[in-house]
Amino acid sequence: MTKQQANWSPYDNNGGSCVAIAGADYCVIAADTRMSTGYNILTRDYSKICKLADKCVMASSGFQADVRALQKQLAARHLIYQHQHNKQMSCPAMAQLLSNTLYYKRFFPYYSFNVLGGLDNEGKGCVFTYDAVGSYEKVGYSSQGSGSTLIMPFLDNQLKSPSPLLLPAQDAVTPLVEAEAIDLVKTVFASASERDIYTVRRQTRTCYHKCSWYPPGIHGT
Amino acid sequence: MNFTASKQPENCLLGPESDSQRTLYPYVTGTSVVALKYKDGILMAADMGGSYGSTLRYKSVERMKPIGKHSLLGASGEISDFQEILKYLDELILYDNMWDDGNSLGPKEVHNYLTRVMYNRRNKFNPLWNSLVLGGVKKGEKYLGTVSMIGVNFEDNHVATGFGNHLARPILRQEWHENLSFEDGVKLLEKCMRVLLYRDRSAINKLQIAKITEEGMTISPPYSLKTYWEFAAFENPTQGAVGSW
Repeated sequence: MTKQQANWSPYDNNGGSCVAIAGADYCVIAADTRMSTGYNILTRDYSKICKLADKCVMASSGFQADVRALQKQLAARHLIYQHQHNKQMSCPAMAQLLSNTLYYKRFFPYYSFNVLGGLDNEGKGCVFTYDAVGSYEKVGYSSQGSGSTLIMPFLDNQLKSPSPLLLPAQDAVTPLVEAEAIDLVKTVFASASERDIYTVRRQTRTCYHKCSWYPPGIHGT
Repeated sequence: MNFTASKQPENCLLGPESDSQRTLYPYVTGTSVVALKYKDGILMAADMGGSYGSTLRYKSVERMKPIGKHSLLGASGEISDFQEILKYLDELILYDNMWDDGNSLGPKEVHNYLTRVMYNRRNKFNPLWNSLVLGGVKKGEKYLGTVSMIGVNFEDNHVATGFGNHLARPILRQEWHENLSFEDGVKLLEKCMRVLLYRDRSAINKLQIAKITEEGMTISPPYSLKTYWEFAAFENPTQGAVGSW
């Protein structure tokens, strides 16, 4: 008897795009609000952003069930960290944890395309970008998801980051002020939503600023 | 060197006998469930058909059940898997009641539990072949969510499974608004169910509408929708194009 082939896939792509931009003393993270499957829209009002720690926020697109499981896994690990170290995880620490968590499932991956953003220990903006199995890099800006092929070249053009190969290493964070970066993010989603059917203009966006006393809430456009 | 082949345990999911242990296809299935939030709570509708492929095998399947004090679960897909989910939830609610601490699981908690169950079964490549709709009201807060067989979940003001996504959601997007009255909510659901009856071949004209509010859950007795088959455009469908199909 020939082995039966599965007629269902454990994966689905629920679409959407995520963007993050780091500045000298701020970080903007944004993701659109559409959740789709195939050519259908499941809901118009879904947040792909998750606050992992006080100064660390993750935006993820891809397969929503895996994204949710990943968020829960990281939240649980962060809670244990807080119990053991009596402090919040820093953004670079969470970045490493996310990479390890993704690689842990290297042979049945989380179908989740992530962008991590926040402030590092000196209050400078940092953005980390990932693939589905945990390769990551600290960058000045990044986008992931269905619209990333449209968004990334536009960000490259507007933010003109110096090459990471230069020695001595040059700062990748943008010299733009926060308001300009937010404006850029709004423009990016306006453009991507024109041509990517899985991305809409409406986004949830959060912005970390060094001077803010309280961790910011997540608000829509 | 002599390597004797190790014997796999009976319930193993590896090896050639594994496929008989996993769900490969659904057998007895229910079609769409449609639900919406209204002023006092949640309204949900589902027909009572259980299809065995293209045969309409069972005509009195209740695909909506109350869960605890605050929730209502509707399911489409494999009926036996729905019954197993009800068993899991029965145990969950039992343990919740046994705490006897004045607290009870609300719809958000039940939805989260169901999402975890569906996702974990998908991880083991042995899914529960259902699309679930979970609605309820607790402490005045209305909740309506859905989970698919691979664990994709979300909440919204109106949800539907299967064909309902294609035919009912667009109607709901156009006509749903906050604080629908009970009568308007029922009329809207019936409009959706009528379209599904006309166009979904696995739908039958015997449905129930369930309501859940702060006070509790009620489910209507089975009834049929009025249908109209005399539309002028269908009187002589090939009038404008004789010979076409």
